Amino acid sequence: MLDFVVAAGCVTFVMMFVLNLGGLLTWVERKQSAIMQDRIGANRASIFGFRIMGLFHPLADAIKMLTKEDFRPAGADRFLFTLAPFVSVFFALVAFASIPFGDTLRIGDREFPLQAVTLNVGILYVFAMLSLGVYGVMMAGWASGNNYALLGGQRAAALMISAEIAIGASIIGVIMVHGSLNMQDIVRGQGRLLLGWLPAWGIVTQPLAFILFLTAGIAATKRIPFDMPEGESEIIGYFVEYSGMKFGMFAMADFLETVVIAGMTTALFLGGWQVPWLLADGFHFPWGATVALPHLVVVALQVGAFSLKVCLMIFVMMLVRWTLPRFRYDQAMRLGWLGLFPLSILNIVLTGAVLLLIGA
Amino acid sequence: MRLGQRLYLVEAVQGMLLTAGHFFRNMGAHLARALGSRTARGAVTIQYPEERRAYSPRLRSLHRLVRREDGSPRCVACMMCETVCPARCIYIVATEHPNPEIEKVPERFDIDLGKCVFCGYCVEACPEDAIRMDTGILEFSSYSRLGMIYTKEMLLSLEPVGPDGRPTSPVPIPADRTV
Repeated sequence: MLDFVVAAGCVTFVMMFVLNLGGLLTWVERKQSAIMQDRIGANRASIFGFRIMGLFHPLADAIKMLTKEDFRPAGADRFLFTLAPFVSVFFALVAFASIPFGDTLRIGDREFPLQAVTLNVGILYVFAMLSLGVYGVMMAGWASGNNYALLGGQRAAALMISAEIAIGASIIGVIMVHGSLNMQDIVRGQGRLLLGWLPAWGIVTQPLAFILFLTAGIAATKRIPFDMPEGESEIIGYFVEYSGMKFGMFAMADFLETVVIAGMTTALFLGGWQVPWLLADGFHFPWGATVALPHLVVVALQVGAFSLKVCLMIFVMMLVRWTLPRFRYDQAMRLGWLGLFPLSILNIVLTGAVLLLIGA
Repeated sequence: MRLGQRLYLVEAVQGMLLTAGHFFRNMGAHLARALGSRTARGAVTIQYPEERRAYSPRLRSLHRLVRREDGSPRCVACMMCETVCPARCIYIVATEHPNPEIEKVPERFDIDLGKCVFCGYCVEACPEDAIRMDTGILEFSSYSRLGMIYTKEMLLSLEPVGPDGRPTSPVPIPADRTV
């Protein structure tokens, strides 16, 4: 019974975390871009005169999307056309499952790992789900019966391949450092201290891999500066034939993928749920002081730290999205194959050499 | 290009520092405003219907007909404005004025604002200074073409713009609108 309750709680937490954050990102995107550009941003949607900083706009968007005509072109493949947005959202949603959002929760004498699914190949699972997400996009391009949509789907597939290769190669360094494919083990490994005071977060031990992973990860979310699959402002993208909530689901999938990539980056490079110098029984500061904390406070601090780091990563990704202009198709391909991929191979070689030298 | 530019990363980070600088500066101003500061401004936006900027005094806005002291129009129906109007949006029907010292008075003075190009030639041409474009009213719209035709009575009821650059008289409601 307790097993079931804790498992259901973990799944609910992850589901709510990803879905709510994904929904909130439309608001974050509007407001953050506005503040970066000296504007105010969408603030007109109101209920009984209350505007609460435009927070009703996601709600208004949802109502608009749900009540719009759900149009399907005559030449479209009926089944695949409907399936495609669901595939896109589904894989973006489930990808977060094996990312740990806290250490173990102790109830009585039982211990539960705080992640929705405990997998010893969790890192591969996340990438598998992220890569499968592109099938929804290709399906949408193909099933629309529209050449422009098909071309958009092709661009998405090409971008995804060049990005996934770099993602996969850049995390090999992380796996080599920690010697495990289990996300929970990788996060635990980042709790070590270097030189007695510096937390061994991935950004410290694998700085090159961090930059490569973040770049490729942003490419995997199909957002600016890598948005040539959709290119909403001039080239026509894979969802050109979609309307209503199906269109909304593609937009949502992009936001969910942003959350997933932010979660991945946090888990692999920012120490996941690690708070600096916080161990299972409290803080152990490098200058010798200790602060003992009860177990539940430690767990709350860890979950809070994870959420905060994810939000920080989302902020950075939004900053990238609203700062850099879009890459041309050939530029993105060149960046993926001639920039990120060789650099991640170099990172593997360097990591191996360093590990050999320090004899780990 | 220099090597730093070719690598792109340095330039990208510099760009992001610039935008992030704007973000945090504006966010600080927004916070100061929320905490009660009157002077901090985190955005250059003027929230239009509630917040308005003062119009320039030489702005050509909705026309008005100037009244004499007894309330009758100063216009003598000389047809100068109707003649000079490049859009031909003015329609005047003249009639006798009860005062023998004044030759004529408009019986009808309609301006079709759907046609008007706001060139201000009518104001320039008027020998009596009877028509002016200084009401400061810019928001007149209608659901029909008929609703864009403003009659003599409507134009006579308008007042000049206030010293703060804001309209002093309400926008006349055309016959086809109820609100």
